[in-house]
Amino acid sequence: MTSGQNIFKTNEGAQEMRARSEISAKEILREVGSVLRMSEAEVANLGQSSGDSDEDQTMIINMGPQHPSTHGVLRLMLELQGETVLRCKPIIGYLHTGMEKTGEELTYMQGGTNVTRMDYLSPLNNELVFSMAVEKLLGIENDIPERAVWMRMLLSELNRMSSHLLFLATNGMDLGAVSMMLYGWREREEVLRFFQKVTGLRMNHNFIRPGGVAADLPAGWRSDVLEILEMLPGRLAEYDILMTDQPIWRERLQGVGVITADEALALGTSGPILRSTGVAWDLRRDQPYLHYEKMEFDVIVGSYGDAFDRYAIRINEIRESMRIVYQILDNMPQGDYRIQNKKVTPPPRARINESMEALIHHFKIFTEGFKVPEGEVYVAIESPRGEIGCYIVSDGGPKPYRIHMRAPSFVNIQALPHMMRGGLVADAVAVISSIDPVLGEVDR
Amino acid sequence: MVGSASLLGLDPISIGNLMWAPLLIILMKVVVVFGVGLVATMLMVWFERKAIAGMNNRIGPNKAGPWGLLQTLADGTKLFFKEDLLPERADRFVFRLAPFLAFVPAFLVWSIIPLGGDFSNGKDGLVTWFGHTTRVQLADPPVGILLLLALSSIAVYGIMLAGWSSGSKYPLLGSVRASAQMVSYEAALGLSVATVILLAGTLSTSGIVGNQGNFVNWHVISTGVIPFVIFMIAATAEMNRPPFDLVEAEQELVGGFNTEYSGIRFGLFFLAEFMNTITMSGIIVTLFFGGPQGLFDIPGIPGAWEGTLWLIAKIVVFLYIYVWMRATLPRFRYDQLMNLGWKILIPASLGWFMLMAVLRLARDEDWNRGIVIAACIVVLLLCVGILSLANRVSKANREREGAMF
Repeated sequence: MTSGQNIFKTNEGAQEMRARSEISAKEILREVGSVLRMSEAEVANLGQSSGDSDEDQTMIINMGPQHPSTHGVLRLMLELQGETVLRCKPIIGYLHTGMEKTGEELTYMQGGTNVTRMDYLSPLNNELVFSMAVEKLLGIENDIPERAVWMRMLLSELNRMSSHLLFLATNGMDLGAVSMMLYGWREREEVLRFFQKVTGLRMNHNFIRPGGVAADLPAGWRSDVLEILEMLPGRLAEYDILMTDQPIWRERLQGVGVITADEALALGTSGPILRSTGVAWDLRRDQPYLHYEKMEFDVIVGSYGDAFDRYAIRINEIRESMRIVYQILDNMPQGDYRIQNKKVTPPPRARINESMEALIHHFKIFTEGFKVPEGEVYVAIESPRGEIGCYIVSDGGPKPYRIHMRAPSFVNIQALPHMMRGGLVADAVAVISSIDPVLGEVDR
Repeated sequence: MVGSASLLGLDPISIGNLMWAPLLIILMKVVVVFGVGLVATMLMVWFERKAIAGMNNRIGPNKAGPWGLLQTLADGTKLFFKEDLLPERADRFVFRLAPFLAFVPAFLVWSIIPLGGDFSNGKDGLVTWFGHTTRVQLADPPVGILLLLALSSIAVYGIMLAGWSSGSKYPLLGSVRASAQMVSYEAALGLSVATVILLAGTLSTSGIVGNQGNFVNWHVISTGVIPFVIFMIAATAEMNRPPFDLVEAEQELVGGFNTEYSGIRFGLFFLAEFMNTITMSGIIVTLFFGGPQGLFDIPGIPGAWEGTLWLIAKIVVFLYIYVWMRATLPRFRYDQLMNLGWKILIPASLGWFMLMAVLRLARDEDWNRGIVIAACIVVLLLCVGILSLANRVSKANREREGAMF
């Protein structure tokens, strides 16, 4: 009865984009130049263009949230002049499920199930960054058993491969090479099959947990990984024939959605979008975590900052990930796969029958969860889409006081309006695809 | 009587006193062509889905009927019973008319394709059924191939009006693309046909087939391959098949011109598209690959049927090529499509047409072959140079003016 008073109408109007003839030069400036440093001349140009009566012939068109190539529920408002995109305004929030808020109601033990659903194409990276943040708060980040660390790296790299394979699939589909969609999925499925063998699930694994991983690698894992590694080079060569060397493909991507290094840095982008502009920024090398400092791999950079560079970077990152996985296979140690700290990890089932303490620990961990010292922490790793960071504030209880994910897709989407300006509608599709956003991560 | 009959494109069968038997034969031909057209379209949809599924490592339709052969029938039946939505802002009359404008021309093209007949050893393809001489094609009008161009122009209206009358933005974009694309590719299409007509000396399709007596006389060889390549590309663009399917471009325009269509109206567009694929393959075979003319005699099959077998075999090859392109190639962008059409295909087909005309004239007039060829090469190079210069200048001008925003 009283709840009705608390419901307010959301202001949809603030999301609308109006034709440039209806708005002031100041508003246009805010939309197209707010983040970037612009020269006086450019600002003056923008100021003039809004008063031009020829510009009346524009059409505002909604792309999404239900559109075949907006990768989920991204909504773009485009101002078109004929087929040319004059302005673009991304509108997000259609997949908002309050996951960060939910995270405050889940114990650190349960948190993995929550964060793994954010970037659903690289769930293991989400779990990894969350676990690393919790471990840092607990102060046990250096006590994680070696085998667990190497396993985390193995899974993280395989996940990067599966994510990039899906990008290749959707990028092909968005540009009309429909078969590519199936080929990309086919290869990704092989990787997911391995994940299923290891974690029991294809996605949303909740496998990497604070203190280690949930289980040891299954028997025969090495030959499974080798099978994937032996299959992929041939398939990647096929992609090169089908797409990279294909003249129409190059025509469609080269010089499309160009962004400069300055712009990319000013907008805070990371991952392949930043690297496509020539900035060699990869957290695996620049802020090494796990054992990446021992790995030998190249950071792939582009030189033009266009959609083709972003495509080429991802296809080559798959090759680099394969190099890393080979090295992991050589170095995988034997040993425990989780920390033997009874406060954090549940005791083995057999111990519960024998030991009173084991039973108590087990009961406490699964009812109350383990307590984490007061403090705040930010940990960032390199996900397939860029820098994924986890910020956790703890008030000393078993649940986080506040949890926030620095989602790479969310930041990368900011670059959309800058990449799209002056392109065609077909380019808009290529640009969205080349950013490779995951809306689950954008909206959280 | 004979003169007016040939002017109207009547069958030899209908010249003279009309009897019951000729009328029945003509009626039978109409029914057979219509039925074969529909069934062929049905099989084409199945073939395309099955072939692409194979290329994609999928299984494809396999539930309805043996090997999923009846899948199209099931889909068509479903479309018949689905609700036929009419958008509130649509132009009601045009919205209803448009599917038929796309569908009817696709069907009519069938009537001018020679579907069989004995053309071997210089015969003119006439067959005798029940004591009456006739052709194995529905109509053989003297305007022949021009009818094809006219019909494909009408089909443009179907697609353009469909998008325009939907009263919605994505279909509108699709229809703008459609009108620009199809009108500009029609020019290249017509010019490459002109080369064939130049060689055949007739517009009538049976005449064109008759002119391709044996393998070396097939127009694909005697016109020097280029017109065939241009025709093939232009025809693909003309029927909106990938990689030129910008008009529907699912990933860009949702469904393009047919976004707002549902039920059987959508079904008609769908049918027209696949029907066009078959008829265009038939036209390509007729113009460039000798139509029903065979490479060798198939033993044990009478001449007229042999032609039909050869025609089907050749058409299937082209259908497969179209399916293959759909499975492999990414889509062109609008400006690239226009560049390809206006800057490459039209000048190339025009230049080639002139070249063929000059060579033919030189042969008839007995000019010195070496000098003629040298002069041709010089003139063509000059034209290419001028054209690329013009392109470069206009490109530079565009860049100087800057982007439009």
